[in-house]
Amino acid sequence: MDFDLSDEQKLLRDSAARFGEDHYAFSAWRARAAEGRGFDRANWGRMAGLGWLALNVPEADGGLGGSPIDTMVLMEAFGRVLMLEPYVSTCVIAPLLLRHAVAGPRRALMDAIAAGAAVVSLADAEPGSRFDLQHIATRAAPTDGGFVLSGDKSHALDGGVADWFIVPARTAAGVADAGGISLFLVPADAAGLSIHASRAMDHRINARLRLDGVRVGAEALIGDAGDGAPRLRQAVDHAIVARLAEALGAMDAVCEMTLQHLRTRQQFGQPLGAFQALQHRAVDMAIACEEARSMTYLATLSLDKPEAERGRIVAAAKARVSQTSLYVGRQAVQLHGGVGFSEELAVGHYLKRLTMIDMAFGNADHQRARFAALSQAPAAA
Amino acid sequence: MNLDLDPTDRAFRDQMRTFFAEHTPPEFKARIRTGMRLEPAEYTAWQKLLHSRGWGAPSWPKEHGGAGFTPTQHYIFESEASRADAPMQYHQGLELIGPIVFTFGSEAQKAKYLPAIVAGDDWWCQGYSEPGAGSDLAAVSTRAVRDGDRYVISGQKAWTSYAHVANRMFLLARTDPQARKQAGISLFLIDMDTPGITIRPVITMDEVHHTNEVFLDDVRVPLTALLGEEGKGWGYGKVLLDRERGVTAAFTLRLAQQLRGARQAAAQALTPGGTMLDDPRVADRLAQFELEAMALETMVMRTMAEAASGQDSGPRASMIKIRWSELLQQVTEFWTELLGYDAAPFGAVGNQPLAGEGPWPAKGMLYARVTSIYGGANEIQRNIIARRALGL
Ligand SMILES: Cc1cc2nc3c(=O)[nH]c(=O)nc-3n(C[C@H](O)[C@H](O)[C@H](O)COP(=O)(O)OP(=O)(O)OC[C@H]3O[C@@H](n4cnc5c(N)ncnc54)[C@H](O)[C@@H]3O)c2cc1C
Repeated sequence: MDFDLSDEQKLLRDSAARFGEDHYAFSAWRARAAEGRGFDRANWGRMAGLGWLALNVPEADGGLGGSPIDTMVLMEAFGRVLMLEPYVSTCVIAPLLLRHAVAGPRRALMDAIAAGAAVVSLADAEPGSRFDLQHIATRAAPTDGGFVLSGDKSHALDGGVADWFIVPARTAAGVADAGGISLFLVPADAAGLSIHASRAMDHRINARLRLDGVRVGAEALIGDAGDGAPRLRQAVDHAIVARLAEALGAMDAVCEMTLQHLRTRQQFGQPLGAFQALQHRAVDMAIACEEARSMTYLATLSLDKPEAERGRIVAAAKARVSQTSLYVGRQAVQLHGGVGFSEELAVGHYLKRLTMIDMAFGNADHQRARFAALSQAPAAA
Repeated sequence: MNLDLDPTDRAFRDQMRTFFAEHTPPEFKARIRTGMRLEPAEYTAWQKLLHSRGWGAPSWPKEHGGAGFTPTQHYIFESEASRADAPMQYHQGLELIGPIVFTFGSEAQKAKYLPAIVAGDDWWCQGYSEPGAGSDLAAVSTRAVRDGDRYVISGQKAWTSYAHVANRMFLLARTDPQARKQAGISLFLIDMDTPGITIRPVITMDEVHHTNEVFLDDVRVPLTALLGEEGKGWGYGKVLLDRERGVTAAFTLRLAQQLRGARQAAAQALTPGGTMLDDPRVADRLAQFELEAMALETMVMRTMAEAASGQDSGPRASMIKIRWSELLQQVTEFWTELLGYDAAPFGAVGNQPLAGEGPWPAKGMLYARVTSIYGGANEIQRNIIARRALGL
């Protein structure tokens, strides 16, 4: 057992922390969020310059071939500063899936990702699918030299700022079957694709998609036809764990702000921190952070386990980190009093981000049910 | 003890049911149901409508322009409004300052202020909290100094809801800096167009402009702006505590709306196997919320009955405030959860209209966070119960 970071990972942690301090002051964040453009191209370029966008691009494709621990280290630092950049969709999910794409488009897109020249979004939900990744009604019909895609996607994380979409669609089998799912690479400007962007409460710009006879070439198919489901599950599990690290960073940051407030804000002639009711609350928040950290480590170190075991642990971690992080976010607002409810302070924005992380890829309730199902029949999963 | 309505009350209930069914604007409902507030102009229109029926002030005695309802009728009025997804009346004039004016105000103040509150012609804001005086309200440092035939008021108020809409403000200011904390405080009724008042908007987590900072810079008001006697302002506020029973009661009866909204959302939220309501875990959680709301509603009925007969309800109003706010938070959180990704669209981008059914459940969930902070934070309510009721 070893929960320590390597020297290289410590360096990565320190430079990510410095990046946050230099480029993510809350005042700058607020101004950027108010522009409503999703993220800051200049920061994205800086992240490319630091090599972070290539972290999960395989070495064979010119990337760094980093590990889930590296991703965790970065995401925790990003979480502390409420990162707006589309890192998880573009730099965690996309490289994992694109590894199975044919060489030409694979290398071109991997290069673009590494350079900060392409944002990629996964359209993983459909109307009525809730959080079930394999409930897919979107169809991909073969035509000469390619496929025609039709269907509706109800949510694509960072979809409103994406240049490319990874679209799961059926090449065979019925709407709820695990087989018959294929993954396609679709450019945002494809004819027949309409993108309905909207801003979430955490200032990310997501999208709903309608594919109305979108034509793609044969090279748009990622991997073999029909074998998309396990890859999708794996990529989403990686994305979940990255977002747990993000949650962890956000939880720690908002706890520190709250402690600072308890020490400095005076009422009844004393600092708030002198009131025992609030001391106990702060202690429960600290315990919540410890639980979340433990679960995030466990999940990060389990990502290379066989699928059933990986899924069970990731589900448990997502459920517990969601629960503890929402507790922390809500109590941080409460202990700040009125100012915690103001848009002018960072605290409330942390609660909003944590709420959106809970929703992402299945909320705590969904993940608890998934955990229960996988615990009962680990072999069958 | 008896839960049944007599024939007169039943007729009253039918009358109210018809009224609210016919007159509640449909465009209010999506917001009302999630616990969000309406736009000020919408509140004013609603107040004027009720006033035209003689129900502008359901909780006031007839002599001051109130509807003169019995407590049972008042309960029916509020619960029928809730049932129809009708708005609550905006409470700061009606429930917070109006009753203080009719209890302690001069005849001139009563004549000037009460009818305009009931008619929806005046909008009052509450200038109590300050940057340094939140939970510790007695620490207010805004000063009112007598200068000939004027008081000169200077200081800063925080969180003054709807100051940007209001034409009048009731505020606490210190007239005697020497006196013991509570004893030096007086209550003033001032006009918002008096020179020296500056308002800075404060946007809150739900991305709405409800509230403001208000700066008072040598604001000169006539001596008649003082309500009652100098140094007694804190004591007048105690009337507020009684009146707040009514406000929390009305809020609590609204929980039925949020519960209905959540249940409806569950029935409409599609899943691979049907709808969320088909999931026994969802039905179970809704049932839990509903039975907790039932307990609370019965606490409210008892409190309203006691208020009518002049009995002391002890700490029950504080208890209701705590439980109502917690339950409101939990129900709106659950509602948002039920929507899954459909709760993601929060703000429109570019020229496209906002996707989906509107951001109201998510906004209601965020707005609900403040209900455990304002009106005496829940920690403070617990302190009050422990000290005054449990003797700890
Ligand atoms: C949206 C909004 C609208 C408002 N509208 C109005 C208005 O119209 N007019 C008006 O006058 N005011 C208004 N308020 C102010 C509101 O009443 C105060 O926010 C509230 O009284 C809490 O004060 P505070 O914000 O200074 O928090 P603080 O008093 O600083 O409290 C911070 C935290 O510490 C806790 N705490 C404080 N003292 C103790 C203690 N002794 N023991 C245990 N815990 C303690 C509190 O419970 C809270 O959790 C509004 C506030 C908001 C956010």
